[in-house]
Amino acid sequence: MADKVLMKGNEAIAEAAIKAGCRHYFGYPITPQTEVAAYMAKRMPKIGGTFLQAESEIAAINMVYGVASAGLRAMTSSSSPGISLKGEGISYLAGADLPALVVNVQRGGPGLGGIQPSQSDYFQATRGGGHGDYHLIVLAPSSVQEMAELTVKGFELADKYRMTAMILADGTMGQMMEPVDLNFDIKPAPEKPWATTGTKMQRKHNVVNSLSLIPEELEKLNIARFERYDLVKKNETMYEEYMMDDAEIAIAAFGIAARVSKNAVKEARKRGIKAGLIRPITLWPFPDAPFKKAAEHVKEFISVELSMGQMIEDVRLASECKVKVSLCNRVGGMIPSPEQVLDAIVKASK
Amino acid sequence: MIVYDKPHALLDVPLHYCPGCTHGIVHKLVAEVIDELGIEGETIGIAPVGCSVMAYDYFACDMIEAAHGRAPAVATGVKRGDPSKIVFTYQGDGDLASIGMAETVHAAARNENITVIFINNAIYGMTGGQMAPTSLVGQVTQTSPYGRDPKLCGYPIKVCELLSELEGPEYLERVTVNSIPHIRAAKKAIKKAFQNQIAGKGFSLIEVVSSCPTNWGMTPQNALKWIEEKMLPYYPLGVYKDRSANEEGKKE
Amino acid sequence: MSTRQFLFSGFGGQGILFAGKFIAYKGLIENKEVSWLPSYGPEMRGGTASCGVIISDEPVGSPIVNNPDVLVAMNLPSLDRFESKVAPGGIIFLDSSLIERKVERTDVTVFALPATQMASDNGFPTLANMILVGKILKELGEYNDESLKAALAKVISAKHADMMEVNRKAIDLGANS
Repeated sequence: MADKVLMKGNEAIAEAAIKAGCRHYFGYPITPQTEVAAYMAKRMPKIGGTFLQAESEIAAINMVYGVASAGLRAMTSSSSPGISLKGEGISYLAGADLPALVVNVQRGGPGLGGIQPSQSDYFQATRGGGHGDYHLIVLAPSSVQEMAELTVKGFELADKYRMTAMILADGTMGQMMEPVDLNFDIKPAPEKPWATTGTKMQRKHNVVNSLSLIPEELEKLNIARFERYDLVKKNETMYEEYMMDDAEIAIAAFGIAARVSKNAVKEARKRGIKAGLIRPITLWPFPDAPFKKAAEHVKEFISVELSMGQMIEDVRLASECKVKVSLCNRVGGMIPSPEQVLDAIVKASK
Repeated sequence: MIVYDKPHALLDVPLHYCPGCTHGIVHKLVAEVIDELGIEGETIGIAPVGCSVMAYDYFACDMIEAAHGRAPAVATGVKRGDPSKIVFTYQGDGDLASIGMAETVHAAARNENITVIFINNAIYGMTGGQMAPTSLVGQVTQTSPYGRDPKLCGYPIKVCELLSELEGPEYLERVTVNSIPHIRAAKKAIKKAFQNQIAGKGFSLIEVVSSCPTNWGMTPQNALKWIEEKMLPYYPLGVYKDRSANEEGKKE
Repeated sequence: MSTRQFLFSGFGGQGILFAGKFIAYKGLIENKEVSWLPSYGPEMRGGTASCGVIISDEPVGSPIVNNPDVLVAMNLPSLDRFESKVAPGGIIFLDSSLIERKVERTDVTVFALPATQMASDNGFPTLANMILVGKILKELGEYNDESLKAALAKVISAKHADMMEVNRKAIDLGANS
C-alpha cells in the first residue's frame, strides 16, 4: 500500500495528466466531472501550469486546439452535454491532425438528460461525434487506477499518431475512490516539427489547418489519415479477457459494466455455468480479434451496457454474426446489477 | 378574509433550493407579476441550466427547458413563432453571462421583444460553487481556490452596463432582494419588464443581485449582508437603459 | 472476512462521506482492497447523502453496494430506504437520537446509539458520524489503534490537524459505549 493513495477517478485523471506533462487544462463546470477542473485549479498554479475556466465548452476545446497547435500537451474534460458542444472543435482537431486529450465522464442523455452514470455516448465517441471522416482513440477505464494509466496512455498515443484521444468514463468512474499508484514511467513527448512555434526566420512557416478546397487533395489527406488509423488498429488495440478459455457464454462489457459483469461471471462459474468476459479497453480501435476467436466456441455473446445497445453493434461486427448477440442493459443513469447480468447468463445457458 | 396568498402562477410544490437562497423570492415576484397582469395563460417561460434548471416545475405557465445558455435563442423562436405570447427567460450568471453571452448580446441587440430575469449570485451553484463570470475579484470558489485573480481570469462582467452600450435593448435595470424595500423595488422592475413586452417595446432585462449562502459558505443573513457590502459597490443598483423614457424625454 | 460491504447514509452535512472515506482508508492501510462510491446529486444542502464502501481481501468487482453487510443510518429516511436492502445476517448501526422507530427486520443485528446527542453532550456536535464509526470498529472487531490513527491522518488534512484529537475522542466514545 506504501505508494497508494485513495483518490476519486476524476482527481486521478487530473493528477495523471499533470504527471504526463500536461500543463494546460481548460474546462467548464458540469456534473459529474467537475472535480477534474477543481483539482486542476488547485494544482496548476503551483507548478507553473495553466488552469482556465473557459466561458463555454466550445471555448475550452478551442483553447486546447491552440495549445495543441503550439506542440504542447493539452486537455479538456466534460460530461456528455458538454462533449456535444466540443464536437465541432474535436472535428477540427481531427482535421488538423492535432494531438490532444478529451475526457468524457458520461451521464444519461439525450439532451440535458440526468447526471447519473451512463455509457450512451459510445456511438458519439467511437464513430467520431463531429462531422467528417475521422476517429478518436477511445479509452475506456474500468478502475480508478486505469483512469490514471489511460490518461497517460492517451497523451502518448495522441502524440504518437497525431490524433485526439478520448477517455470515455462514466459518473461512477469519476466519482468513486479507489487506491491508486501514481508512479508511472512517463515517456517524454516526441518532437513536433509541425507545431506553430514561430519560424524564427529559419524555416518555412508551419500551418495548422483543416481547410482543403481542392477535392483531390482533401481526398488524399483523408486516405493518409486512415492509413495512420490502420496503424493504430494494428498496434494499439487493448482488451482484457476473463475466464474466456472455455467460455460458452461471453459477456462484452467496458467500464463500470465490466466490473458488474465480473461479479456475475464469478457467480455463474460457481453455479457451473461456463461464463467469461471480454472487456474492450480501447473502444476505438475495437478489439475484433477476441470476439472473432470466441465466436468459435461460445453459444452466445451478451453485451452489457448502460445504453439502449450501442457497443452491441461492434460485438456483432467483430463476431461476424456467427452466434447470437443479446443485450443486457439499464439506461437513464441506472446500472445493471450483478443479479441482472447473472440472470441473462443463466437464460443464455439454457 | 384572505390577506395574503401564494401567487397562482407559482405551483404549490416544494422548491429544491437551499435554505436561505433568494431564488424563491424572485420566483414569487415573477409569479405575482404574472398574476397581476393576468397573463398566465399566455405566458411561456424558458428555464436555463443551473440552479434554476427545475423552474419548469415551479411556474404554472407553460415552460420550456433550454440548453445551457441558449434560453434567449429559444425565447426568440417562441416569440417569433407566436408574437402574441408573453415570453420570459430565467437565467443565472453562468448561463447568461458565460456560455450564453452571445445569445444574450444578440437578443438584446435585436431588441427581441422578450423579458429576461437574470440572477447574479456570483457563483455556479448547481455544480458546487465554481467561479462565475460575475464572481468578484478575490472571491474564493472551487475553481478560483486562491481567490479570483484578474491577471489570470479577468474581471467580473457587468451585464447591465455592457448591454447598455447597445442601441437595441429597451430596458435594463439592476435590482437586489436582500431587504424588504429592495424586494419591493425588484418587483416593480420585473413588472415593468413584462409590461414593456406587452406594449411591444422590446428587450427588457432585470438583473437581480442574489445570494448563495451554501456556496459562499455563509449563513443566509451574512450572505444578504455580503450583497450589501461586497456585491452592490461593484454592481450598483439602478436603471441602465430605458429607451422609451429617454425618447419621450427628448421629445419634450 | 473476505468481502464486507458498508453503506453509510444520512443528511448532507452529517459527515456521511467522511465516515465512509475513513473506513476505506483504514482498509487500505491494512492492505485490503477498497472502493468508495458516493451518491451525487444536485441538492447542495439538506438532501440525502450516502456512500458505499467495500473492503475486501480480493480485488473489488462492482463498487456498487446494493445489499450492504453493514448499514449505517444517520436519519429516518435512510433507515426507511435501506433497511430492506441489508444482507440477511447483516448489521445496522443507527443514530437513535434522530431515528425513533425500531428496526423491523429480525434477521439482522442492530446497534442503536444516540450519537447526535452524545456528540453534542461531549462538545463536538459535528462528530456523531465518528462516534458511530467507533462503535462499528468495536463491534466488528476492527478497532486497531495503529491503523485508525494512520487513517485519521489520511482523511484529516494538515490544515485541520487540530481536529485529529477530537475525532479520536469521538471514535473512542463510540467504541466504549
